[in-house]
Amino acid sequence: MDEIAVAIEVNGSSRRAHVESRLTLADFLREECGLTGTHLACEHGVCGACTVLLDGQAVRSCLIFAVQADGRQVTSVEGLTPEDGSLSPIQQAFWNNHGLQCGFCTPGFIVSVEALLRDNPNPTDDEIREGLSGNLCRCTGYQGIIKAVREAAGN
Amino acid sequence: MTTVETHDDSRLDAARYVGARTRRKEDPRLLSGQGNYVGDVVLPQMGHVAFVRSPYPKANIKGIDTAAAKLAQGVIGVLTGAELSAEVDVPKPWRGAILPVSQVSYVGEPVVMVVAESRAEAEDAAELVDIAYEILTPVIELEDSIADLQMAHDADSTNLVESVANASFSVVDEVLAAAPHVFSETLQQHRYVHSPMETRGVVARWQSSSQQMTVWISTQGPHPAAAHFAKILRLPQNRVRVMVGDVGGAFGQKIAVTREETSIAIAAKLLRRPVKWIEDRYENLAAGPHARRELVHVSVATDDEGKLLAMKVDHVQDVGAFGGVGGGNFDKMIPGPYRVPVVGTRTAAVRTNTSSRAAYRGPWMMETLLRETMMDVAAKGLGLDPLEIRRRNILHREELPHKTDCGQTYDLITAQETLERAIAILGYEDFRKEQERRRAEGRYLGVGISVVVEPSGMSVRRLSDGVSIRIDDSGKVQVATGSGSQGHSVETTICQIVADRLGVDIGDIQIVLGDTGATPSGGTTGGSRNAIGGGNSAMKAAIQLREKVLEIASHALEASPADLEIEKGVISVKGVPTMTKTFAEIAAIAARQQTVPEGMEPGLEALGRFTTDVSSTFSNATHIAICEVEVATGRTRVERYIVSEDCGVIINPNVVEGQIAGGVIQGIGGVLYEDFIYDSDGNPLTTTYLDYLIPTATEVPEIEYDHLETHAPTNPGGFKGMGEGGAIAAPAAIINAVADALTPFGVTKIIRQPLTPPAVLALIEAAQSRA
Repeated sequence: MDEIAVAIEVNGSSRRAHVESRLTLADFLREECGLTGTHLACEHGVCGACTVLLDGQAVRSCLIFAVQADGRQVTSVEGLTPEDGSLSPIQQAFWNNHGLQCGFCTPGFIVSVEALLRDNPNPTDDEIREGLSGNLCRCTGYQGIIKAVREAAGN
Repeated sequence: MTTVETHDDSRLDAARYVGARTRRKEDPRLLSGQGNYVGDVVLPQMGHVAFVRSPYPKANIKGIDTAAAKLAQGVIGVLTGAELSAEVDVPKPWRGAILPVSQVSYVGEPVVMVVAESRAEAEDAAELVDIAYEILTPVIELEDSIADLQMAHDADSTNLVESVANASFSVVDEVLAAAPHVFSETLQQHRYVHSPMETRGVVARWQSSSQQMTVWISTQGPHPAAAHFAKILRLPQNRVRVMVGDVGGAFGQKIAVTREETSIAIAAKLLRRPVKWIEDRYENLAAGPHARRELVHVSVATDDEGKLLAMKVDHVQDVGAFGGVGGGNFDKMIPGPYRVPVVGTRTAAVRTNTSSRAAYRGPWMMETLLRETMMDVAAKGLGLDPLEIRRRNILHREELPHKTDCGQTYDLITAQETLERAIAILGYEDFRKEQERRRAEGRYLGVGISVVVEPSGMSVRRLSDGVSIRIDDSGKVQVATGSGSQGHSVETTICQIVADRLGVDIGDIQIVLGDTGATPSGGTTGGSRNAIGGGNSAMKAAIQLREKVLEIASHALEASPADLEIEKGVISVKGVPTMTKTFAEIAAIAARQQTVPEGMEPGLEALGRFTTDVSSTFSNATHIAICEVEVATGRTRVERYIVSEDCGVIINPNVVEGQIAGGVIQGIGGVLYEDFIYDSDGNPLTTTYLDYLIPTATEVPEIEYDHLETHAPTNPGGFKGMGEGGAIAAPAAIINAVADALTPFGVTKIIRQPLTPPAVLALIEAAQSRA
């Protein structure tokens, strides 16, 4: 299959590669970049585990082809994690509130909440729930996640 | 609200971690995207697998042509059931082959494995595999299977796998015949599935030079998985090393190693290349282990006052094409928290041409569902309030120990207390008034009560999870345990126990899990066993190691061990703060034969393994749901959800509440949203998350928790397992609440689910057309 050259800025670093046109952005991140924090749980755009920021917008990286991200900026959970080993305020709030159990859906939530609170720094409870409704979690019943978002928003 | 009854913790200097909302050790890694799931494992020369799966629920395989696939770009190998089964021991339930060679038995059954340089190339080549099928008539519906209209497998003469009745089953009809009131219903439980966010997955590597198989797998049982692979591959078990990293949820689906996963290890050996298979969501939904399809005929007899006289339960579950038998403790737990003098049970399993059953979080959920929904049916029939009928039958603590007619002996449960506490939190009388008021406004609220007694730690009696602890040269602590984690926080809870008993900071402890080459043996996480098995093993090892540390310190400090205390890894003489030794100093003394006290072995290591002859430790809980049903649309909203529970000594309230919440929301999902559907031809229809609906953050109530803490008499830690109670109790609470809400419309019972909006509208319509 023909390969296409792409240049994508991933977490602040420029990544150049030749990719098949069918390669998803999620597989590009996981396989080409070795950034395995982005998880795949449905690969049909429902569960949100693979959520990343594309030019700042939260997108499902399983529904975007790597070639569509050519020339654009991608931020994955690794890019939201401080380099000194500490946690971002949102990550910290998840930790404080038992906002995760198995952790598989967690990176997608961290990225989604980053976008949610950037766009709406003081969400109501309904807005929090609505904002999280594109991410599925099977372990927590969302209880700790909702609390974590409240804490991260300073509510 | 937490109420703690006094329990003996005299061996602790100060309980600092057990009981505290200690933040989890695993979280920083998982929050940062630095987890290590099987999908993240990459090995040199690794091939990727796509399975060719059956499009038919039942068909004879007339021929398999793999020639074109073998020539496709990137293909490393194409393997059929015959090739995969040639030099291995096939487990008996798999009917002679790792993958089918003559007949397929459900849609999605793997038939041919394609291994290629990439998953995409494997999928491309899988399209080129040509399988000729002769289509046969399947058996899909549970009732058809019971009637043996068709066989799920042509080789069988009946679909019935097993039928077991207890002693009272033959006499219960007499009791029913003589009873003043008998309420009988047939309850249909629809199929719903575990659906962990991480699907199944495996990477296998064969090293021919050392005859060593290494398997990275997402499983609930590392050591049992090693035993499984070794037996099938005809290897000594020490030639199989199973590595379980982070596991993205399991809920029972990853207890047994399945045929797909097994075939990966065989392929790695045949192809002499590492092989990886990560299940996709279609595969997981359509062909991963399923659960919950059950049918129960139940009769409940009471006297005029609503006191239970007898229960008769005739139960059949659909175990699919290859599923193992087992309601677990289904038939053992039927009386739950109530006095029921006679309980006659029969439980059977039948085969259908559907994906195989596996245990799902509280595999005996049906016992609570049938009991608690029938309590409400009986209450309505007798003109009693659902709370009142429970009060008249629930066991009080002073009646314990109590042996049920199903052979279980409750030593310490607090069902009656949790019922009263949950009722108080709700404000039951006030709710009834509110309900009336809202009904007048055309809004329909209902209350549902569900009381559960959960058996836990059953399998611990066979083999608990061993825990080893080592204090290293730097005075820090290394723990290893034979169990793995699927998100249930064992990495933290085990370390909390060790930290307290050893007297160290939890930050100074590291733990290794799930590597059979580096951990003590252990079983499969399931049946809510980790706190009882691993928790008490950890305690045992820590107490043993602490004694050694104190013995060395007593020599070094020239003080009696009784006069020593340990705080944050420093041993000091009580009342003499200047006389201290650090763990590192003790480790230095312990490192050499010449410096340890005479007769003592050098080294600071201990292995603990909890042993018991008790078959179950019982936790209990009362769940109350308040639901509002929008009668114009049929939509149900859970307005409040209260759980009052007793899981013994609480290791970590966050973890306990997290387990409750996860289970409850799975139960709510099962009743209101989730429904795994086969059409009458056996085609699975709900194979994406657009069709199979698991709850999102907009559907869940904020759960209100209440903890009553009693010390379990069955184990030194006092723990009672509670990982499944949420999922067991929630369905009945929701069903009862919806039925209560719909009382004004003449709805007297709900005997099938899911309660989707159309189903609720149909319930109302049916009740009104009867009226």
